[in-house]
Amino acid sequence: VDVTLRLFAGHAEAVGTSLVRVTVAPPATVGSLRQALPPALAALGATSMVAVNSCYAADDHPLAADDEVALIPPVAGG
Amino acid sequence: MSEVIRADRVQLSELPLDPATFLSAVASAQAGATALFVGTVRDHADGRLVMALTYEAYARMALAELERIVVEAEARWAGLHVAVGHRTGRLTVGEVAVVVAAAHAHRAAAFEGCRYVIEELKARVPIWKHEEYADGAVAWVAARDVCASPAGR
Repeated sequence: VDVTLRLFAGHAEAVGTSLVRVTVAPPATVGSLRQALPPALAALGATSMVAVNSCYAADDHPLAADDEVALIPPVAGG
Repeated sequence: MSEVIRADRVQLSELPLDPATFLSAVASAQAGATALFVGTVRDHADGRLVMALTYEAYARMALAELERIVVEAEARWAGLHVAVGHRTGRLTVGEVAVVVAAAHAHRAAAFEGCRYVIEELKARVPIWKHEEYADGAVAWVAARDVCASPAGR
């Protein structure tokens, strides 16, 4: 499954783009997406949450090609 | 997944927030107590002088998460009505960054519900802060009080 991963804040700044294409080997899950992150994001990805369709998702959450997937750095609102 | 956002109760805004509009949004004849939290940009962080900051939001998810938090609070304290808003974009010292209004028949639930919403917002809502310091340095801010993983709730 090819996933378009949305990046924010320091993540987007670190890799110079807010969208990256990631190919996830089957069975495609949030956990296998974490394994497939490009090197520039691998360390950041370990300390981030993943959101699928605007909800935080655990590593066993399945991924489909049309899901909206985002890597969520530690939040700092408020 | 439900993505119905009540725009009169939950908002992200590039324009200044007026706390009075949040008080109005939760006003009712049943409310005997309204708690109001106003978060403002302060001039220091970790010992450094802050001149301004910029909030970036993942808008679609931030609105959905805010709506979920409000629904949770209104389920936990029956009769509670909440309105919440967060700024995006560049803010200078003293500007209002976040507003929570919580109205209930009685003050205990109003205070507790208001506290719940601001604490959950800080822990869960995908908004990030980029600070500009007096010495010209800039930095993305990581949450200072690290909470339990939101996904586990």
